[in-house]
Amino acid sequence: MKPFRLFSFLFAAWPVFAHAALNVFACEPEWGALATELGGDAVKVYTATTAMQDPHHIEARPSLIAQMRRANLAVCTGAELEIGWLPVLLQQSGNAAIQPGQPGYFEAARQVALLEKPMVLDRAQGDIHAAGNPHVQTDPRNIARVAQALAARMAELDPARAALYRARLAGFNTRWNAAIARWQAEAAPLRGMPIAVQHLGFPYLENWLGLKQVAVLEPKPGVAPSVGQLADVAARLKATPARAVIRAAYQDPRPSEWLAAHAGIPAIALPFTVGGSARAGDLFGLFDDTVDQLLRAAR
Amino acid sequence: MLRPALLAAALAAAFPAHADDQADLAALRAEVQAMKTGYEARIQALEARLAKAEAAAAAPSAAPAASAAPVEAASSAPANPGAFNPAISLILQGGYANLKDIPARQIAGFLTNDAASTPARGFSVDDSELVLASNIDPYFRGYFNATLNDGSVGVEEAWFQTIALGHGLTVKGGRFRSGIGYQNEQHPHAWDFATNNLMYQTLFGEGYGNDGLQLRWVAPTDLFTELGAEIGRGAQFPGTDRNRNGAGSYALYGHIGGDVGESNSWRGGVSYLSTRADARTGTLTDSNGTLVDTAFSGDSRTWMADFVWKWAPLGNPTVRNFKFAAELFRREESGGLSCSGGLLCTGSAGAYQATQYGGYAQAAYQFMPRWRVGYRYDVLDPGSREYGLNDTALPRTDYRPTRHSLMVDYSPSEFSRLRLQVTQDRANVGQDENQWYLRYIYSLGTHGAHTF
Repeated sequence: MKPFRLFSFLFAAWPVFAHAALNVFACEPEWGALATELGGDAVKVYTATTAMQDPHHIEARPSLIAQMRRANLAVCTGAELEIGWLPVLLQQSGNAAIQPGQPGYFEAARQVALLEKPMVLDRAQGDIHAAGNPHVQTDPRNIARVAQALAARMAELDPARAALYRARLAGFNTRWNAAIARWQAEAAPLRGMPIAVQHLGFPYLENWLGLKQVAVLEPKPGVAPSVGQLADVAARLKATPARAVIRAAYQDPRPSEWLAAHAGIPAIALPFTVGGSARAGDLFGLFDDTVDQLLRAAR
Repeated sequence: MLRPALLAAALAAAFPAHADDQADLAALRAEVQAMKTGYEARIQALEARLAKAEAAAAAPSAAPAASAAPVEAASSAPANPGAFNPAISLILQGGYANLKDIPARQIAGFLTNDAASTPARGFSVDDSELVLASNIDPYFRGYFNATLNDGSVGVEEAWFQTIALGHGLTVKGGRFRSGIGYQNEQHPHAWDFATNNLMYQTLFGEGYGNDGLQLRWVAPTDLFTELGAEIGRGAQFPGTDRNRNGAGSYALYGHIGGDVGESNSWRGGVSYLSTRADARTGTLTDSNGTLVDTAFSGDSRTWMADFVWKWAPLGNPTVRNFKFAAELFRREESGGLSCSGGLLCTGSAGAYQATQYGGYAQAAYQFMPRWRVGYRYDVLDPGSREYGLNDTALPRTDYRPTRHSLMVDYSPSEFSRLRLQVTQDRANVGQDENQWYLRYIYSLGTHGAHTF
C-alpha cells in the first residue's frame, strides 16, 4: 500500500510541481505591468502588444497563439477592445483554462464603471464599443480597482502563493495611492484645460484630471480624418481654442501635427500605456510622463 | 451574517453521522461561533478602513469634475434578452466583370472541377454568405456558414468544435473547410484578390471542404507548432461522393510560425490530402481539338506547401503593412480514365497516371490607410500524364497555364471594401485575355475576427 500512497500523493501534488510560475498572457502592456507588480517573480508575463501598436487592430499572429496555448491566466481589457483578434487566439490555442467564463480569463473593463456607453448601436457611428469606452487605463484609480480584482484572481489560480499576491497588492496599493495623491496635487493647474484629442481614447484621463475635451479629430471613432475634416476642426478651434492636441503614442502623428501647425498649439503624444515613451517604463512612469507632458503644454 | 449560518447548515448536512455525537456537535458549534465573531471583527475593520479611505479620497478631489468620478465598483452585465443569440453576420458581395465570351473555360492539361463557377460577364451578385456562430455551452462552439443565391442555398460549413479539452487539443466535427494549405480556410470575402488563384481553382474548385472530423494539436512551445489530422466523407473534388461506410478521404497537415523582431511575422507548413474518386467527370481536349467528356476513377494524392509573411512597422498595421503569401502543390492521380464524345474517344477506360505541379505567389501592400495594391502570379505545370489506351486520342500538351493579376482596393472601414482587378489570363491555349473585375464586399453585423 505504501508505494500506492506515495504515487497518489505525487499525482495529487503534480500540478504544484508542474506549474513553477503562473503564466500570464497580457493583451496590453498596462496589464502586463500590473501583473508583474502583483506577482513579481512568481509570474511569467507575456505581453501580446506594445505601446506602438493599436490594440483595436492586432494580427492574430501564430506567435500569439503559441503563447496563449501555455497561459494560465489571460488578462485583457475586454469591452470589445480586442474583438478583432482575441477570439481567434482563444479558439485556436486549444487552452481550456483561459476561455471566457473560466477563472483564467480576466477582463479589466469589468472591474470599473465604463464611460461613453453608446445610446445607439449603429455601425454608421464608426468603431464604437457597445459596452462603453474601453480605454480605462488612463485613470490611475481604475488601475487600483483592477489591481484589487487581479490580485484576487491570481490568488485563486495559484493558492499556494495567495499570501504573496496579497502582500504585494498591499505594497502596491500603498505606493500607488501615494503616487495618485502626488499626481493629483501636481495636476491641479490642469483642471479645466481645453484639449483636442485625435481618438476618443482619453475620457478616463479627462475625467480624472478635469480636462475639457473641446474637439475630436476623428470624424467617427476609428475613422481617420481627411484634410477637409481637419480644416473644419481647426476652424472650430478658433471659436473654442484648445491648449494642446493629444494622441496616443501608437497613432498616426500626421493628423495631430497638421492641426498643431494650423492651430498653433502643441501636439502631444501621450504614452497611453506602459512603454509608450522612454519614461513610461512602468505604471508609475506612465502617469509621471502623462502628467508632466500635460503640465508642459499648460504652461 | 448569513454566511456562517449557511456554513453551519451545510456542515450539518454534510456530516450527519457526526451530528449524532454530542461532543462533536458542541465542537462544531464552537467553531462556527468562532468563525462568526472572526468575520464580524474583520468586517468592522474593513468598514473602518473604507470610511478612512473615503475621507482621504474626498480631500484632494474637491473640484466637481473629480467628485463625478465613477464610484460603482464594476460595470453591470448588459440586460439584453438577445445577448444569448448567436453572432450573426451577412456578407454581401458582387460587382462587374469584363470578360471575353468563352463558353467553356479550360485549364490546359488538367482535370478540373467543372462545377466551379466561372464569373458571369457584366453585372452580377456573387453568393451572399450568412454566418451564425456562438458558444453552445462551456464545452462546445458552433459555426454555420451558408451561401445564398437565386434558387440555391449551399451549406459551406456547419460544425461544432470543442473548447474545453485543453492540452492544446481541439476536435472539430461536421462540415468544415479543411486546415490544409494557407488559403483553404478562407472564404472568398477574405481573399486578397477578386478571383481565386489558379492553384486552388485547379485543385478544388474553390477550397477543400469535407464532412468529417478534425483533430488539431498546438504544441506548448514558443515557436507556434500545430499538427492536424482529418478524416471525412471525401465527397468534394478531387474525390467523389460514394454510398459506403468508412472514410473517403484523409488529410494531414503541420504548420509552424513565429515573429522576427517586432515588425515581421510568418507561418509556413506542409499538408497532404488523400482521397478517392469514382467516375469523376471532367473535360479534356482531344487530338482533333474537340472537347470530350472524361470520367476518372482512382486515387488522388495532393501535397501542398504554404508560406505567409507579414510586415507592419513596429507591428502596427493600421497605416502601412505588407503581406506575402505563396503556395505550391504536387498532385498524383492514378487509376482509370475513360473519355467519350468526339471522333477518337470510344468510351473505353485506359490506365491513367498523372503527376502535376503548380503554385502561386502574391503580395499585397497597404501604402496608406484604406488603400492597398497587390500582385499575384499563378503558374501550373501539367507534368507527366499517361492515358493508357487513350494515349492517341488525348494529346499531351506542355502548355503552362499562367495568370498575372494586379489589384487595388479601398476599404472605407473594416466592414466595407471596394476592389478593382485586372488579370492577364493564359490558362488555356488560345484563350489569352485581359479580364477586368470590379468587386464590392460588405460585412453586416458582428463579423468575426479573421485568422492570420
